[in-house]
Amino acid sequence: MMKDMIPGFELIQPTSIEGALNLLEEYGENGWALAGGMDSLGWFKNRGKRPEAVIDLEGLDALKGIDETADGIEIGALTTLTEIELNPLIRERFWLLAEAASKVASPQIRNAGTLGGNLCQDTRCWYYRYGVSCYRAGGNTCYAAAPEALNREHAIFGASRCVAVSPSDTATALVALDAEMVVRNSSGERVIKAENFFMEPAVDIMRMTVLDPEDLLIKVRIPNTWTGADFYFEKVSDRGSWDFPLVSVALAIKSTGDRIDDARIVCGAVQCIPRRLRNVEAMIRGQGRDEDTAAQAGAMAIQGAKVLNYNHFKIPLMENLVKRAVRG
Amino acid sequence: MPAVTQIVRLTVNGDLREVGVPMHFTLLEALRYGLGLTGSKQGCDKGDCGACTVILDGRPTLSCITPVFEAEGHAIVTVEGLADVEGPHPLQDAFDLHGAAQCGFCTPGILCSAAVLLEKTTSPSRTEIKEALSGNLCRCTGYSKIYDAVASAGQRLQVEAQLGESGR
Ligand SMILES: Cc1cc2nc3c(=O)[nH]c(=O)nc-3n(C[C@H](O)[C@H](O)[C@H](O)COP(=O)(O)OP(=O)(O)OC[C@H]3O[C@@H](n4cnc5c(N)ncnc54)[C@H](O)[C@@H]3O)c2cc1C
Ligand code: SF4
Ligand code: FES
Ligand code: FES
Repeated sequence: MMKDMIPGFELIQPTSIEGALNLLEEYGENGWALAGGMDSLGWFKNRGKRPEAVIDLEGLDALKGIDETADGIEIGALTTLTEIELNPLIRERFWLLAEAASKVASPQIRNAGTLGGNLCQDTRCWYYRYGVSCYRAGGNTCYAAAPEALNREHAIFGASRCVAVSPSDTATALVALDAEMVVRNSSGERVIKAENFFMEPAVDIMRMTVLDPEDLLIKVRIPNTWTGADFYFEKVSDRGSWDFPLVSVALAIKSTGDRIDDARIVCGAVQCIPRRLRNVEAMIRGQGRDEDTAAQAGAMAIQGAKVLNYNHFKIPLMENLVKRAVRG
Repeated sequence: MPAVTQIVRLTVNGDLREVGVPMHFTLLEALRYGLGLTGSKQGCDKGDCGACTVILDGRPTLSCITPVFEAEGHAIVTVEGLADVEGPHPLQDAFDLHGAAQCGFCTPGILCSAAVLLEKTTSPSRTEIKEALSGNLCRCTGYSKIYDAVASAGQRLQVEAQLGESGR
């Protein structure tokens, strides 16, 4: 397999959303929407993916920027992670997202990488990224779950033939904030809860999101539901910067005095989708925000986890992160 | 598909340059192999090391995973553009004085990230320096001398700014 040089492709640079949608429909599986390219160029270089046409979204100014609406904010899919990290409105109301964005990769990657690209990026399973023909690539085996496989980054929940995880840091925060994805194709628009946006391998092993090839993510809406809540975000990775999460946790929590009124808690990099811990949310409601509740939350979070050869460490890591988040 | 060469117009270090490259080239390939600007380094070539960092519209950017067509119409500064007719950029002098480069492969990228930081503030804290350089790997120096050099270049810029004002 020849690596490292990008093979030729047809470059198309639409200047309107409608133009882009028509192109996405026309090219279908053979087209590739390109935002910042921070994920895509890796694929093109190793030839794991080889689109016939690249549809460059850069000219779609309508997809850039952050707007306040009557009941929340809207973030265009082409808004960069740096803008999200620094935006005063997001920092004030939805610090959780600003913090998650600030933990993505490196300053350079955040300067070019977009929110849409971050949410729609492919998994980092390194067997798959290398271009082998595993289940996710249409083949008939999973290299990462083989007896001698190196799989410390892989899933402890929800595996179904594929044991890859979702690498997106902003996804975790957006599920916790109850965000909605506004998606369009040439026949219309639909709005999808962030929680339902990501794809489990049991449903479709070859996709990371519910998007079809002709769909474009237009913007992300965050309702004011969790404005004023307490937030907690923590991401643990091998290196201090520039690294994907091994496990992360995003929490939004509202309390009266010491009583927890309501909470949303989501873990990243433990499953192929951001893992919302509904049972923990229900259990801590009405409890005191203290050591005891935190310990119970941690213990409950890891129930049902299933390990591979090298990712046992994710269980205590997840337990501790959930504990810390709930304790505050 | 045959690789069709097209003319791309790039504003590099203040000059408008035309370069004939296939559209699937990266910005780094266009700079190095189209324009002969080999200061920006091709390290990992996949976003993992920062050796290819250039300044795009004032922001540090990885040229190895930036398609060349995305750079059209934007202002690009490479390490070759940091010095001016007066002499090296204060960062370059400081790297020299502090011994902040060993093999030097990471240096052009680090200089670009650091130059953007010093545009924002000439008195960055150690944490700010570390954060600004967190996307640039160095396998030789252990970073301390690099951080020292950036801090001292900032101090020089401050002094120069003060002298410049009082001299007026
Ligand atoms: C070294 C390195 C480290 C990284 N570390 C992290 C990390 O720690 N955390 C993390 O979360 N990510 C990380 N990333 C992943 C990624 O580069 C970034 O998350 C970035 O945000 C991707 O955005 P982009 O705009 O560059 O995406 P692109 O590469 O342009 O697009 C990525 C995918 O999304 C699709 N897409 C983009 N926009 C849309 C849209 N509007 N509608 C439909 N589909 C769309 C594209 O078709 C493509 O399939 C890392 C990447 C690298 C190279
Ligand atoms: S974990 Fe999924 S992506 Fe990785 S090798 Fe197995 S099937 Fe492929
Ligand atoms: S060469 Fe671009 S990041 Fe390594
Ligand atoms: S001086 Fe050698 S990599 Fe930094």
